[in-house]
This record gives sequence, structure tokens and C-alpha cells, in this order.
Amino acid sequence: MSERHFPDLMPSPGVTRESLPWWEAVLQGRLVVQKCNACGAERHPPCPCCARCGSHDVGMRDTEGTGVVYTFTVVHQKFIPGMPEPYVVASIELDGTDGLRVVSNVVGVEPSEVRIGMPVEVFFEHMSDELVVPRFKPRR
Amino acid sequence: MSDPARQACIVGVGETRYAKWGGITDASERGLACQAVANAAADAGLDVHDLDGVGSFADDRNLGVLIARDLGFRELRYAGMSWLPGGGGACGAVGAAALAVEAGQADAIVVYRSLCQGQHYRFGSAAASVGQLPKPGLTQASNLLEAEMAFSLPFGMFSAPIAYAMVMQRHMHLFGTTSEQMGAVAVATRAHANRNPRAVMHGRPMTLEDHQGSRMVAEPFRLFDCCLENDGACAVIVTTAERARDLAKPVVRIAAHAQGAPGEYGWGPFLDTNGSDDLYAGGGANVIAREIWAKSGMVPGDVDCAQIYDHFSGLVLLMLEAFGFCEKGEGGPFAESGALAWPNGSLPNNTHGGSLSEAYMHGMNNLNEGVRQLRGESTSQVEGAETCLVTSAAGVPTSGALLVRD
Repeated sequence: MSERHFPDLMPSPGVTRESLPWWEAVLQGRLVVQKCNACGAERHPPCPCCARCGSHDVGMRDTEGTGVVYTFTVVHQKFIPGMPEPYVVASIELDGTDGLRVVSNVVGVEPSEVRIGMPVEVFFEHMSDELVVPRFKPRR
Repeated sequence: MSDPARQACIVGVGETRYAKWGGITDASERGLACQAVANAAADAGLDVHDLDGVGSFADDRNLGVLIARDLGFRELRYAGMSWLPGGGGACGAVGAAALAVEAGQADAIVVYRSLCQGQHYRFGSAAASVGQLPKPGLTQASNLLEAEMAFSLPFGMFSAPIAYAMVMQRHMHLFGTTSEQMGAVAVATRAHANRNPRAVMHGRPMTLEDHQGSRMVAEPFRLFDCCLENDGACAVIVTTAERARDLAKPVVRIAAHAQGAPGEYGWGPFLDTNGSDDLYAGGGANVIAREIWAKSGMVPGDVDCAQIYDHFSGLVLLMLEAFGFCEKGEGGPFAESGALAWPNGSLPNNTHGGSLSEAYMHGMNNLNEGVRQLRGESTSQVEGAETCLVTSAAGVPTSGALLVRD
């Protein structure tokens, strides 16, 4: 059982043909971004086709799982029982990509100490045996 | 340019009473839509049965084809719903109506927004219950919006303040914008509301100290940086210049209008935080700004007053920068200088009180106020106002309109 930061009642993701591979990778402990198999262009969130070359032959590639905080907010409202208060929602710019960002949380640090540019690394919160959510901590 | 006789003008503005969230219980949201449309027709001196088009935005629940029947339109010749999300759509819906009128598709189109959130759900907060399952897991998205929200909701990005707080945090990081500068927007707007008896916050003065003392919602946004949530409805009527000149009120022309966003903007930061700093911390409004200046042939210095969508105080700064009223990153100092405050500011903004202090009607009320300024009817009248810029929301694909006195 991995560490838990957010409660079971957090919204579960609604997935589509395009996004299912991303969530399946997360379930396996991999943080991925979409990559065009024809021209190599990368994007997030996943889409049906490549915006650069138009190919519908798109797949996923693993990222390094590290990045920096591009921006964030410390939220002082409690929406769901059992949520941490306050909590941090952040946009993480992923290392080794062309500036691609994912929305996630930064935990394992006082919210007041989170800064733009802070190096972070992914960890995987097991919400259930069917759902894993990638969140971030300050890089060790 | 189309036939000058058919050039689009706004001839009627109307609204219902505005109340705080859940405050209207003696009328349905649909009934409010009908009241607002009828009030706008009366304001124009038009028989409501002569309206022949309907438009709205933000997934308005009050279907235009039914409202047209409810009110007894003799014919329906235009029914348009904008895909611009949420607060991005008011000016776009009016712009689309203007195109339809100029093309001869219809002659008198009403664009309205009715919001009775107490009777339905809070706009933007239903998000917190989407996708809740008996046990955490993956679920089939029921639509594209829900699919995109899968990349924000599981992380607690439940509301617009959270998403746009992140945008402002980046703006503060890049340009040194301060909470007090955002407060200058909120305080000026509240002062205007205190001159406007329609405003929900009429009789509730606010100082910068009050702003700084209000509770933190999502840093850097305090409560008084966030717009109200209200019940009410609001409508404007668009018709041709030829017809407008026979009606009751001074004619207000739509000199230019635009809608859109940069190509990679998607829904904007509420769902997707990718893109350059220019895009992300610029609110995506550069496209409509460029279009409006090019189509009108005007420059920022030609504008006498503005009604810039204020879902959040800070987002007003992004729109001011995008339109070139100040340099990029200088929105904060511009607001702090008093520029937005009636009567002495160089660009009195949201002279009705905006979404922060008059009413949250997804920006339809900004159009009503723009028209009133150019007729000389505002409660914070800019002397001799001849031009007014009205915009919808920064931070989503958005729209704007430049109104001029005929």
C-alpha cells in the first residue's frame, strides 16, 4: 500500500480512446506523453491525431518523471471530506520534453514553501487497484 | 463591408433584477430570460413579436427556439449558440448576431443569458462531483469536456479560481504583479457598483484594506478578487442601422467584433496548461485584440471607457495588456495608477460594477453597460463617451466588441 494524500472521493478520470493509454501507463507506474509515430511531435493531453503532420498513428513514450513547477496555487477551500487543507495544485513542466506540462499536485512539502521553478519528481498514489494518480514531491 | 444600411447596431438593453446566488425563487430561469428579452425590446421601442432571432452562449439552458415561442416571435430566422466557453462567449454571441443581421439572415436578434444558479447548479462547481465512483477507477467520459477534465479534476482543480490563480501566479512571477494591484481593480469596480442601484453590491463599500483582509481562496486570489455568483438575466437586441434610426434610443454601432484564441489554446488553462508564457500569462486574448484594432482602424487611445470581463480581478490586467492599453506585464501598475476608476481614470472600467460587484451574468451586463455609456445613461457616466471596448473573459477562447456612438 503506497502512501495516500487524497481521499477515495476525489473525482475519477473520465477516459476516452485517446486518453486511456495515458491512464493505463500510470497504472503501471509510468508517466508518459503522447508522441506521433510518424513525425515525433509530442503533446499533452493526448489527442486523436498529430497537430504537426496530421498522422493518426500516435503512441505514448515514457518521460523521466522529473520536472519543475511552472506555476501553482495553494488552495484554501475544502471541497471533499478528507482532502488536505490547504493543498497545492501545480502545473509541472516535464524534463526532456519540449516544455510539455501536466496538472498535478505537489505534496511532501509545506504549501507555503512551494515555489515556481522548484525541481520535483513524480510518485504514484494508488487510489485503488484500478486507479493510480501521478503526483509530485520535491526532488530528492 | 456589407450594405451600410444593414450595419449592426445595438438598440435595446434589458435585464431582470439581480440577486445573490439562489436569491430569486419566484420566477424560473426561463421566465427570467423572457423578462430580460421583453425589457430589452421595450428599451428599444420594439414590439417583442417583431424579434426574429435568438442567440446565447455558455450552454444556456433556456433554449432559444423555446424562448422565441414563449414570447410569441412571429417568425424565427436565426438561432445561434456560441462554442466559446463560459464567460468567453457574450461578445461572440453578439458578434455572430451582428454578422447575421448584416448578411440579411434576420432583422432583430436578441442575445441573452439567464442564470438562476440556486434552481440548478453552480456554474463551474459541478466539476467537484463529476466522476465520483463507488471506488476510485477509470470511467467512460460522457463528453469531450469531461474527457479533458480528467487531466485536472483528479488533482483537485475543481473551480475556476484555482485554474486562474495559477495563471496569475505565473504573471506575478514574470512581471512582479502584486495583490494590491489586483485589489485596485476590485476597489475601483466596487466604487462604481456603489453608484449603481442595480448592483448586488450597491451599498457595500470596499477599501483596499478590506480587500487585503478578505480570506484567501486560491493564492493569490482572495475572496474579493473573485466575481459574484448571481441569479438574473440580461439581454441585448441587435438590428440594422436603418431600423435603429427609427427607434427610441441613441444608436450604438458595433464598429468591430472578434472571437477566438491562439490555435493551441484549446479551452484555456482551466483544462490545459500548455503553451508559451505569452499564451498562458497573456490570457489568450491577443487574437481578438489584433482583430478588433484592425477591423475598427482605431487604437487604444481612441477608447473612452471599457467594460472588461472581470471573473477575477487579475484577469482584467491580462486583457488590458493584450489590447495594448499598457505594455505587457504593466497591467498591475496601470490599475494601481487609478486608470480604471471613474471619473478621473484614463480608462474607466466596468462602470456598472462588473461581475465583481454588479452581477455575474457571464459578461452580458458588460454589453448593457457599454451601450448605456454611449447613450449617456450610465450611473458613472464618462463625459462625452463615444467609444467603449467590451470584452468577454480572458483565459478561455474569448470575444470582444468595440461599440461606438453613431
